[in-house]
Amino acid sequence: MLDQLDELYRDVILDHFKASAHRGEAPGASFRAEGHNPLCGDDLTFTATMKDGRFGQVRFTGKGCAISQATASMFSAQLEGKTVEQTGRLIRAMKALMQGETLEASVDLGDLEALAGVRKFPVRIKCAALSWNAIEQGLQNLHQSRAEGSRP
Amino acid sequence: MLDVTRIRQDFPILARRVHGKPLVYLDNAATTQKPRQVIEALVTYYSQHNANIHRGLHALAEEATAAYEGARERAARFLNAQTRGVVFTRNATEAINLFAQAWGRANLKPGDEILLTEMEHHSNLVPWQLVAQATGAQLRFAQITDDGRLEVERVRRVLTPKTKVVAFTLMSNVLGTITPAAELVRLAHAQGALVLVDGAQAVPHMPVDFAALGCDVLVASAHKMLGPTGVGVLAARPDLLESMEPFLGGGEMIADVQLTSATWNEVPWKFEAGTPHIGGVIAFGEALAYLERLGMANVRQHAMDLTRYALERLAAVPGIMLYGPRDVVQRGGAVSFNLEGLHPHDVGTVLDGEGVAVRAGHHCAKPLMRRLGVAATVRASFYLYNTREEVDRLVEALRAAQAFFNRPVRSAA
Ligand SMILES: Cc1ncc(COP(=O)(O)O)c(C=O)c1O
Repeated sequence: MLDQLDELYRDVILDHFKASAHRGEAPGASFRAEGHNPLCGDDLTFTATMKDGRFGQVRFTGKGCAISQATASMFSAQLEGKTVEQTGRLIRAMKALMQGETLEASVDLGDLEALAGVRKFPVRIKCAALSWNAIEQGLQNLHQSRAEGSRP
Repeated sequence: MLDVTRIRQDFPILARRVHGKPLVYLDNAATTQKPRQVIEALVTYYSQHNANIHRGLHALAEEATAAYEGARERAARFLNAQTRGVVFTRNATEAINLFAQAWGRANLKPGDEILLTEMEHHSNLVPWQLVAQATGAQLRFAQITDDGRLEVERVRRVLTPKTKVVAFTLMSNVLGTITPAAELVRLAHAQGALVLVDGAQAVPHMPVDFAALGCDVLVASAHKMLGPTGVGVLAARPDLLESMEPFLGGGEMIADVQLTSATWNEVPWKFEAGTPHIGGVIAFGEALAYLERLGMANVRQHAMDLTRYALERLAAVPGIMLYGPRDVVQRGGAVSFNLEGLHPHDVGTVLDGEGVAVRAGHHCAKPLMRRLGVAATVRASFYLYNTREEVDRLVEALRAAQAFFNRPVRSAA
């Protein structure tokens, strides 16, 4: 069990949890995404600048367990510089990782790879998933508001 | 005094190992484990007596009916209520919904007030929200003190002639707080309001006397007191039940049925529509017999001893925040706490790894969490089979969790 706990709470995860370089709000943000898990009270708000369809600076605020907060930090780091399309692939890769499926070779997960251990704790997957579900929803909202904005 | 070593031998599950460690089961406020006697009652019912009740003329139906009604008599005796006032439901939640709907819809109107407290389980909050929406009545709340007590004075402040019903827990599932129920009942009755007491936590852990409390309705759940899941109990004044319209319609609750109308069975059967959880009710009767043999005063004494010991040991854990009253006379054995810098879910996961089962979360009391200013807590809750050694295991596991999360980590970010 201790091995599994070490797998769940790898050093990288605890480090992101305790001292994230991405905690805060992105100044001049044009992207905003919120995630809320009413079951455990976890809250996340992502803010980001966007230029030419790419994420610039990505920051998050929120509270919750080590898994949800560390994931938000690692996810913020991975989003920076990504296009919307690349973000979609990253999100698919994270969902696949949680289901233990093989990943698209081209997706670089960076520190997010440390989340592989969460798979063995099914009740904790939602803690990690809060981040990408929020971003996915945020991108959909962005897409919709653009579509509405461009209507004649 | 309870002979806990002997008691433990009655509970097969307590011999289990979890993640390689002996199980320490401290999630009793969620549901308790079941003794052999209760498990065997289920097996005996299904292997010897299974039949539907109140309708067969054959031997099995008579046996099943006698055993089912015997459990009702035992429940009435256990709670010191009248047998005609004891209705079996699926759980405490359904019992509250039954009263809130069957009484509330007919008796509440715009301008009336329903008085609850800030520390109710969602089960004793949401059903009242539903009747308030349906009838136009208003919800009012008595505030608790910072240490989680319910003072009579604070209830008096919000009790008015408009208050038609007061519903509160006798023991908080989060803080352990025991409320001054008998006094609150007197106050409420003086204003002409009815009183529902949520005994889901109190009835398993201390002597509760329906007649002495003087309340109009008392509810409890079998599974929180050694019985099976799927059985709840509502004890009420029979005349109150008689004055109420049915909650659910169907078989068993009727006297006569025409194509477009029906008349109702006597109480309590008027409120037991359809085939109930017969085996479960019979096994619940065994659970009550088990508790009677131990004596509820002894069960309560054991809870106080263990809670006192747990509060002492827990208070010595660095960085711990304990919620609820410190005086064990004013509380039961549900102990909520948080460890500084650690989320309850992370603590719960590490504790599980140590074989220690606790609950981490909002405990179905989100308004109370907000009142305490937290999103969630860790909760250890004790029962008659728990020991001081298990409290020690809990404390060790908490220290292990702190060491685990506070370990030096290689900086990556
Ligand atoms: C105080 C209190 N009331 C009501 C309930 C609801 O019990 P059940 O889920 O068995 O209906 C609980 C259970 O957690 C409780 O602790």
